Amino acid sequence: MRQIIIIGSGPAGYTAAIYAARANLQPLLIASSVEAGGELMNTTDVENFPGFPEGVQGPDLMTKMQEQAERFGTEVVYDDVSAVDLTGPIKTVTLGSGETHEALAVIVATGSAYRKLGLSDEERLSGHGVSWCATCDGFFFKGKTIAVVGGGDSAMEEATFLTRFASKVYVIHRKDTLRASKIMQERAFANDKIEFIWNSEVAGILGADAVEGVQLRDTVTGVESTLELGGLFVAIGNDPRTHLVHGQLDLTPDGTISVGGRSSKTSQAGVFAAGDVVDPTYRQAVTAAASGCVSALDAEHYLSTLPQDLLAKASETELASVTN
Amino acid sequence: MTARAVTEATFDQEVINNEKTVLVDFWAEWCGPCRAVSPILDQIAHEHADKLDIVKLNVDDHPGLAAKYQITSIPAMKVFQKGEVVKTVIGAKPKPALEADLAAYLA
Repeated sequence: MRQIIIIGSGPAGYTAAIYAARANLQPLLIASSVEAGGELMNTTDVENFPGFPEGVQGPDLMTKMQEQAERFGTEVVYDDVSAVDLTGPIKTVTLGSGETHEALAVIVATGSAYRKLGLSDEERLSGHGVSWCATCDGFFFKGKTIAVVGGGDSAMEEATFLTRFASKVYVIHRKDTLRASKIMQERAFANDKIEFIWNSEVAGILGADAVEGVQLRDTVTGVESTLELGGLFVAIGNDPRTHLVHGQLDLTPDGTISVGGRSSKTSQAGVFAAGDVVDPTYRQAVTAAASGCVSALDAEHYLSTLPQDLLAKASETELASVTN
Repeated sequence: MTARAVTEATFDQEVINNEKTVLVDFWAEWCGPCRAVSPILDQIAHEHADKLDIVKLNVDDHPGLAAKYQITSIPAMKVFQKGEVVKTVIGAKPKPALEADLAAYLA
């Protein structure tokens, strides 16, 4: 048995691991098999993370966070969590491999997943012109006319990035104002290749084997029109990833894991949550990191209140597993 | 066994004329999910070496083949039998999910 298991390997998970490891809790961090490093692995320049005046590449930042966590004794496992039992004083975490780990405390830092448009043709044309990852797929749209759906920072970032390849990038947004930060908006407005289509939503995706266009619906007048496109990038936001804890932890009306006040304490003793999975509002790398720190400090405090015999059990088995 | 790299020059020999079933992993250096799925493909290649050949094609170096196979999203994994694409899997997936997608070619 461990003292603590951290689920997730974004800024929240790794910051929690740095703090927990420095507190000598020998955390086990379950990083996921193909999404290790989290959302920043699919971004390019991160310009607003303090300490990097020249900016830093998302994957480089995550590698550094991981190295920092490992330096103090975090053990990282590249697997996915398939089930958890968070009730009772001893929590269990089951991995895709079938392996089960026990711990006295668990930090849930599972982040969020791309939101889909919810259209019938979206799945069918995914990978055939519909994409959620500009940095992965932009390359294949050289010289094409494409569109980004969304009005937030990630939509602006994707649209700006995609102008490196595409000849024209439409930004389709439901409203007539953007949610994106000023700097990202201005960058997009100043880009000759970007054209905004305001007050419009995607009502349908057209194309037999590949995206050929979209059906647009004006959100004010309801009038529908067709726009010819060679590709469609969806950046309409994210949903907190809570499927593992449904029925075990209380959620908020926003769908995030409910935590008490400014703490990371969930509805279950010994279970803490951090990062985008608790945050419907800010969702920044640095706020996720801060939230990870809070969760490790809360977990450390919780562990200090547990009976000595239980803690002894955790450290004994840890030592045993180290010597084995 | 680590998946071999194929090129424009070796594609016919390694993939099209290969007697075995071949999976081609279309990837690029700058694609995070590609790097994530790569070790999983290496494991599958190792565990099923008798059934399936797994090779990698760098789309940056060989855009002609990427265009020919209409790649618009990577990682894209295409299974070839007798020179024809019989299955396409798009996106990085955990090993069990990828094995399930490829089950027909691993048994």
